[in-house]
Amino acid sequence: MATASKAVTNSRANLPFVYRQYSAEQLKQVLHKMYLVRRFEEGAEECYTRGLIHGTMHLSIGQEASAMGICMPLAEDDQITSTHRGHGHCIAKGAEVKRMFAEFFGKTTGYCKGRGGSMHIADVGKGNLGANGIVGGGIPIAVGAALSSKMMKTGKVVVSFFGDGANNEGAFHEALNMAAVWKLPVIFVCENNGYGMSTSTARSTAVKNIAERAAAYSMPGVIVNGNIFSEVAEASHQAVARARAGEGPTLIESKTYRHRGHSKSDRNRYRTKEEIEDWMSNRDPITLFESELREFGFIDDKGIEAIRDAVAQEIAEGIEFAKASPSPDISETGNYVYTEQA
Amino acid sequence: MDAMVRELSYAQAIQEAMAIAMDMDERVFLMGEDIGVYGGAFQVTGDLVERYGADRVIDTPISELGGAGVAVGAALTGMRPIFEFQFSDFATLAMEQIVNQAAKMRFMLGGEVSVPVVMRFPAGSGTGAAAQHSQSLEAWLGHVPGLKVIQPATPYDAKGMLLAAVADPDPVMIFEHKLLYKMKGPVPEGYYTVPIGKADIRREGRDLTIVATSIMVQKALDAAAVLESEGIDVEVVDLRTIRPMDKQTVIDSVKKTSRLLCVYEAVKTLGIGAEVSAMIAESEAFDYLDAPIVRLGGAETPIPYNPELEKVTVPQIPDIITAARDLVKGVR
Ligand SMILES: Cc1ncc(C[n+]2csc(CCOP(=O)(O)OP(=O)(O)O)c2C)c(N)n1
Ligand SMILES: [Mg+2]
Repeated sequence: MATASKAVTNSRANLPFVYRQYSAEQLKQVLHKMYLVRRFEEGAEECYTRGLIHGTMHLSIGQEASAMGICMPLAEDDQITSTHRGHGHCIAKGAEVKRMFAEFFGKTTGYCKGRGGSMHIADVGKGNLGANGIVGGGIPIAVGAALSSKMMKTGKVVVSFFGDGANNEGAFHEALNMAAVWKLPVIFVCENNGYGMSTSTARSTAVKNIAERAAAYSMPGVIVNGNIFSEVAEASHQAVARARAGEGPTLIESKTYRHRGHSKSDRNRYRTKEEIEDWMSNRDPITLFESELREFGFIDDKGIEAIRDAVAQEIAEGIEFAKASPSPDISETGNYVYTEQA
Repeated sequence: MDAMVRELSYAQAIQEAMAIAMDMDERVFLMGEDIGVYGGAFQVTGDLVERYGADRVIDTPISELGGAGVAVGAALTGMRPIFEFQFSDFATLAMEQIVNQAAKMRFMLGGEVSVPVVMRFPAGSGTGAAAQHSQSLEAWLGHVPGLKVIQPATPYDAKGMLLAAVADPDPVMIFEHKLLYKMKGPVPEGYYTVPIGKADIRREGRDLTIVATSIMVQKALDAAAVLESEGIDVEVVDLRTIRPMDKQTVIDSVKKTSRLLCVYEAVKTLGIGAEVSAMIAESEAFDYLDAPIVRLGGAETPIPYNPELEKVTVPQIPDIITAARDLVKGVR
């Protein structure tokens, strides 16, 4: 525990934001969850390859710090809207991986009772209003949730995650404008991973940084390195404070990268192997966070090992749970189309 | 001399048609999301960008409303765009330009303009893509005067009808079932067209007419083959175009068989089956009917993710067999 005591004696004053703001225990929890996202994605990918999961899926490997950093200052009853690349957001907001796996396996124990799958994963109980199959679809919905918060005086803050590609949908522009005009407690988080499917932001988007769009809607536009947990969390912290104070929305552009292809059918013809390699070996968000935690004395190798083991077990148990869960009966196809009434 | 006929997949047939259209007419160009180097979400455009360049195979931003509108504007002013929606479900984002603009422009302007735009919509369920990527929305657009709406069911028709669509002076909406893309069939080389607005009798029979669309045509043919062994002789009419509908072919078939079963994947209620049934009820074929008309369509629910639920949500071959058999035997 020599390193840990060193951390205590060191002044934290000069450390990056999260190391001043959160306890060692909380930060270890963050690392745990980042691993949980990574291993969940890998587990889902393997199950897909083995034919246990059908359809398609969009993995967020490489974007873990972004999801975790944004959700860090959120309270349990704050809400998010998520995207097709939403597994990380779901876990970051507090979902259990076993119920996520169950959803991917199409089982009744899944978060959407097997009706939604990967692209519609949600955890309404924990404030995740759902991933979305429609690019940009969740952005106005988040504004609506923020309007509810304001009208019902619940104090909830709403985060809308979306990708760089979504910033070219009309819904994005209409939603930001309304949020700004009505000073709603919403945070727009653009996870810019450089590409909307195969199309780079340079080829699709007129501004260099998506955060520049904020100027058109009179809200702060903040750019963060989305692979550095502390940077993301700090920006989120400020945006949440602003939202809670009734000062209105913020647009955060979290610059990151997806290691995997867009979906399961991507041949990666629009980017080079070298580019992918570079991000994987030099800017992996988990590696970066881990080395900061080590450097600042919050964790040692044994602590990291313990986290990895615990996560591996949680993932294995989650997959077993999903396998053992029942499928919906085909007589129940018509359920949930309308609200059941007594 | 007859053109060489090869086996091509439905996707290859469409790709070939687009290449021929671009070779023949420099005003023809392609627009859509990820249709360039990615080759399209279903690899329909494939390597066309390498052959025709990024100026004629244009990757749009993820902007369906704007993209469709740009295609409409280009068509209005002399170009011949073929616009690909990545999934037909995203037509919902572009409805304004399709329904309010493209469909009505010629009418509103008293015939002063035409909008020769072609839009392609990968449609349908069966891929585990869940509720927002599996819909069959062709009847929505079929409800709009000014649009032509087609659903080719074979590689041959996919090529010929796309070329007919490009040659057509008005907006043509092509619904392509995603499960058909890999289907192989004979396709002649070179230019030919298959007329829009003409149904095709894909199998002649005496006991029952099945009017089917898109992927249900093949399912109906498979069902007919089984029923034949039971002594039931099914006629299968491939509707091919839902607007303008080829009423006469259906009427003549029903007059011959005296029984009608409509099979389509879209939600059953307020759909193509209702239109075909009503059309027959209004026609001289009504007097020939020996049994009530039957519709087999999709369940009254969004498409579920779970694969077993997904399967039972749309008509399958055994469903068609049972419905056809019951209809012929008078079971209600
Ligand atoms: C309205 C709409 N258009 C297109 C698609 C198909 N599609 C799904 S994800 C995607 C790319 C999205 O890019 P981005 O917003 O940057 O998110 P990322 O995948 O990079 O996380 C596309 C084109 C869709 N699902 N919805
Ligand atoms: Mg992106």
